[in-house]
Amino acid sequence: MNMPFYVSPEQLMKDRADFARKGIARGRSVALLQYADGIIFVSENPSQALHKVSEIYDRIAFAAVGRYNEFENLRIAGVRLADLRGYSYDRRDVTGRGLANAYAQTLGTIFSSGGEKPYEVEIFVAEVGDEVSDDKIFRLTYDGQIADEHGYAAMGGDAETVAAYLAEHYTEGLSLDGALRLAVAALAHTAAEGTEERIIPAGDLEVAVLDRTRTLPRKFRRLNGDSLSGILAGA
Amino acid sequence: MNSASAAGSSGRLSDAYLTPGSTSFADFLGSVAPELLPARRPLPPGSAADLAPHGTTIVAATFPDGVVMAGDRRATMGNVIAQRDIEKVFPADEFSCVGIAGTAGLAVEMVRLFQTELEHYEKLEGSTLSIDGKANRLSALIRNNLALAMQGLAVVPLFAGFDQRARQGRIFSYDVTGGRYEETAFHSVGSGSMFARGSLKKLYRNDFTADECVTATIQALYDAADDDSATGGPDLARRIFPVVHVITAAGQVRMPEDQVAAIADSVVAGRMQRPDGPNAALN
Repeated sequence: MNMPFYVSPEQLMKDRADFARKGIARGRSVALLQYADGIIFVSENPSQALHKVSEIYDRIAFAAVGRYNEFENLRIAGVRLADLRGYSYDRRDVTGRGLANAYAQTLGTIFSSGGEKPYEVEIFVAEVGDEVSDDKIFRLTYDGQIADEHGYAAMGGDAETVAAYLAEHYTEGLSLDGALRLAVAALAHTAAEGTEERIIPAGDLEVAVLDRTRTLPRKFRRLNGDSLSGILAGA
Repeated sequence: MNSASAAGSSGRLSDAYLTPGSTSFADFLGSVAPELLPARRPLPPGSAADLAPHGTTIVAATFPDGVVMAGDRRATMGNVIAQRDIEKVFPADEFSCVGIAGTAGLAVEMVRLFQTELEHYEKLEGSTLSIDGKANRLSALIRNNLALAMQGLAVVPLFAGFDQRARQGRIFSYDVTGGRYEETAFHSVGSGSMFARGSLKKLYRNDFTADECVTATIQALYDAADDDSATGGPDLARRIFPVVHVITAAGQVRMPEDQVAAIADSVVAGRMQRPDGPNAALN
């Protein structure tokens, strides 16, 4: 008769965490910055069809790194949850906090259940407010941990390098153009340890904003094509 | 399960949320919170027709750059005016709007469901439905309401939008069984619709500007109010005027109140001279 090996719970969780972290580290980074009129998301993503950043609801957006099929599932679940809340209560009653909590519970349960492999994803849930001080940014990790972020944040493959660059150069109250250029510089900085700065072509960038100055209730907007290369060329 | 909470026993999002596939919000609602769908609510036998206010006349007309939809502001309950300033024309999404006649409460609920349905698809798929796709979805929502319609709670919408492929405005009408009919040039639904349609028949030209098209729809609503007691005319004392939405290639906008008021005032001024409205040429 085979005796199963004893694995301590600490070791089991550590193994699962290592597994998820490795998966996430393989992908490219996503950077997020608060600027004067909202929140901007920038990532390096040559695909025009498979998005890393998307709209969830009027004031709420979602960004993710890791396995596409897994975070796409979470994104769809988020849209369904938000639309259901907005339909059964009111549009104003859909909050980023509620969504982040649902994600945290889901990721946490999947991480600690023996039957499923942990999700190899990391997520930002951001909600833009009427003022900069009302903005809310949550970072969720593969194990369901949830953290508040302020000013700037990065996740994905080279998250630490990107975050370090942002920490050095970020100032409050940036314009949209300034925030975009800073985020792109931070992403380009990563692969350029000690060498010349890399230039990421505008076509390889996925950029979206939650713009509080939009008059429409839906504040999410993608920046691409000419408007994007125009801003970058102005650097 | 509480309809608005997603949590299963463990607190995580239930499988219905995480299962890929359907892009329809109404289908999703049917699987997680069916009690929120008007059609899934059990109704005791008997007619419910006199229980709730009814919305009345909606008109829509196309012009070369797009389409205009206008609705009067009256809701009635039998012989009583239930509300003087009800709004019965709603934006459905960026390039379409929907006007409603029939049981007001159910109709407003259906419009909210339809709006969510379109936005839901847009967010999940990353692209908007074609105008025919939108018209068909609305058809499906009305079809689900047939049992209620048979008990007197009918909802009959009028749908109009800008077709971005054909570059023109289009109008769709419906019957209570969900039948969908595309209309050319203009159409009207609701209790005053036959008077409004007769009016538009004589006034409509296919080279209207947007403002002329709005004027024609307001003339039609005036004629409907003239002969149908359930349709409200321009309320000059309270300054309540029809709700007008204009949809062009640039998207749909609700015409600002003061602009509608100016057009309505000129229509009323004309009627002071000739109460039956403008004379059409005999041949």
